[in-house]
Amino acid sequence: MSHNIYIYILVMAGVTYLIRLLPLTFIRKEIKNTYIRSFLYYVPYVTLSVMTFPAILTATQSIWSALIGFIAAIVVAYRGASLVKVSAAACLAVFLMELIPGI
Amino acid sequence: MNHRKAFRNGMRDGIPIALGYLAVSFTFGIMAKNAGMTAFQAVLMSLTNLTSAGQFAGLGIISASLSYAEMAFTQLVINLRYCLMSCALSQKLDQRASFFHRFFIAYGNTDEIFGICSCREEKLDPYYTYGAVSVASPGWAFGTFLGVVSGSILPDQVLSALGVALYGMFIAVIVPPAKNSRIIAGVVLVSMVASLIFTLVPVLNMISSGFRIIILTLLIAGGAAVLFPVKEEAYQ
Repeated sequence: MSHNIYIYILVMAGVTYLIRLLPLTFIRKEIKNTYIRSFLYYVPYVTLSVMTFPAILTATQSIWSALIGFIAAIVVAYRGASLVKVSAAACLAVFLMELIPGI
Repeated sequence: MNHRKAFRNGMRDGIPIALGYLAVSFTFGIMAKNAGMTAFQAVLMSLTNLTSAGQFAGLGIISASLSYAEMAFTQLVINLRYCLMSCALSQKLDQRASFFHRFFIAYGNTDEIFGICSCREEKLDPYYTYGAVSVASPGWAFGTFLGVVSGSILPDQVLSALGVALYGMFIAVIVPPAKNSRIIAGVVLVSMVASLIFTLVPVLNMISSGFRIIILTLLIAGGAAVLFPVKEEAYQ
């Protein structure tokens, strides 16, 4: 039996959307439990860190350009630059680094 | 807080996300074309799903012509991390925020938009999220379109440089709070080291990236909550 591409897309979108929607609609109250509150407070820092490293090292054509981009982003972010500037600095560092032959 | 200003701030912070999305969805578009999809179908998938890993996995299932149930299960497993993110985001919203807002925010709760919406001191203004989505989502769809129709419009060097845009954005989100709090700095460091271990160590590196995020979040955020419970003032 052949499958309909639009039903596939509908199934994907439906499942993905429900996963995102249900917690937002079921948890409407402010959670009072200190442990759960603290856990949820730390969640974004852990997820973003885990997603960033070491994945960033394989995001470009060479691990060295990626490493320089990673360091550039940390330095620029540490100095308090905005989201846009940090992201641009990382891209620029990678671009310049890859101009060097052999990298 | 002024909603219009929040929307504008969201749009501004959505720019690096859109650029990063462009690079990833461009690759997705090329693969969608190879899987036999038209530009319309690929863009429709990108606009309705707005997720990377799930869409790439979806292509594999479509190519193999597996059942709808297998498609649903795969999406559930790969995207389960969004459940954790939505739980965290629920506490960033004003509890009076309407269902209306929750329905729209849920659509935009990608890894990246979650990142910029959650790591902030104050409550989340839904219009900030909408501003970011209004820039990021077209970037995701447009990149998909370009990938399907052109395949080679962006030079490799540009794609490579844009490859770090999303990570740069993540770093911009986590570094300032880590600078101000040694606990957060510790959480970030432990998370990165643990993630590296999960990438390098045999057996552990067979765990998919979606589950790696879930496992490490439960362990590390759970551990941090036991060791360093957050005092009430941090929420004010």
